[in-house]
Amino acid sequence: MNPVVTAVLVLSAIALVCGLLLAVASKFMAVPVDEKFAKIRECLPGANCGGCGYPGCDGYANALADGSEEKTNKCTAGGNAVAQKLAEACGTTFEETAKNVAFVHCRGNCDVTEKKDVYQGTQTCKAVKLLYGGDGACQYGCLGYGDCAAACPEHAIRLINGVAHVNPAACIACGQCVKTCPQKIISLIPEAAVVKIACSNKDKGVVAKKKCTAACIGCGLCQRKCPNGAVTVVNNVAVFDYTLCTGCGACQAACPQKCIL
Amino acid sequence: MNGIAKLLLITFSMIFTENYVLVQFLGICPFLGVSKKLDSSLGMSGAVIFVMTLASAVTWLIYTFVMVPLGLEYLSTIIFILVIAALVQFVEIVLKKYMRGLYDALGVYLPLITTNCAVLAVTLLNIENNYNFLESVVDGLTAGVGFGLALIIFSGVRKALERAKPPKCFEGLPITLIAAALTSMTFMGFVGIADKLFG
Repeated sequence: MNPVVTAVLVLSAIALVCGLLLAVASKFMAVPVDEKFAKIRECLPGANCGGCGYPGCDGYANALADGSEEKTNKCTAGGNAVAQKLAEACGTTFEETAKNVAFVHCRGNCDVTEKKDVYQGTQTCKAVKLLYGGDGACQYGCLGYGDCAAACPEHAIRLINGVAHVNPAACIACGQCVKTCPQKIISLIPEAAVVKIACSNKDKGVVAKKKCTAACIGCGLCQRKCPNGAVTVVNNVAVFDYTLCTGCGACQAACPQKCIL
Repeated sequence: MNGIAKLLLITFSMIFTENYVLVQFLGICPFLGVSKKLDSSLGMSGAVIFVMTLASAVTWLIYTFVMVPLGLEYLSTIIFILVIAALVQFVEIVLKKYMRGLYDALGVYLPLITTNCAVLAVTLLNIENNYNFLESVVDGLTAGVGFGLALIIFSGVRKALERAKPPKCFEGLPITLIAAALTSMTFMGFVGIADKLFG
């Protein structure tokens, strides 16, 4: 036989065998894709941010599809629009998402606090924190090297005058910055929150004030002025309970340090 | 050289002296693309080890029992590409059905290997070196392990690179390539050892 013909025949035969094998395999070993899963997954934005508490959008869709998760308003990135679609896909009633935003509990910028030493090592918060707890005079405050800004998938965090600021409009409340911050001074608070504490200093009043003029001195005025008991001073710093806060602003007016924003 | 010593030589040379990525410069694309994080490089290495071993076995069988009798040795490149691609697809279907955990772990890396030149090189070099079936399989397995070793070592290097501040013109890929070159030079140190051990 002509060698060209043999080559063509053999190659075609091998290709045919491979093709048939794949066709048969895909027919007999097809994994039925859960229709409900596919429908739910389509509603999700696919940011895989983990804000819902599941590893990625697939994880949340899976949990919704097999019934282990009932809340359809957990997608923080998608907000109400996605919650609406999810409720339709799951056949449940629509619940409004409680939109959270990340907030940096520190306003210790370059004007109100100082550096206690000159740091010239690796320029990340994590690294600077390892060296005597950071280079800031206040050992609790924002270090200002921007680990949170680097972690933010939406680029919603900017460093302004040495302190990280979250742009609430861009924040999707995924919690990456909360996890990243070595000082643990970022937390998720309701977007609707009127008052927020902008300090994390746990030192006693005099010490705190010496280190940073914007520090919470733990005087407890806010706690006394709050009609609903939403503010408590824990470890010399005010802590808010947003389930009780009505947003009356009494604490804000009372704060002598103006560290309640 | 008896059988076991030859297998040991293949193992040692594939992992160290003839490492596909760092010495022979094959499979550079996944090497640079996937080595950013340790967990993704582990996933990729697992997938490559798996596919290289299987591909070595299957292509050796096809070569010996189909292509040699028909005198079609010159078609090995195109047939091997075909077989590897089909094999990867088949493995993906099987894994999806029976080993969901492994399928999820390998994820996108499994189909990526379809066109990995290191896999093709393993199968072609098996034939060129006149390896028997067992030697081919061991060759595929250890070539995969060598690939994985290079990927894992380099993911560590890249982690250090992330924190480094090279001059502006070296930022990103240039400094990565320089680091890859230095890593590959360290593997040249193994060359003499293999000769002493098995020579």
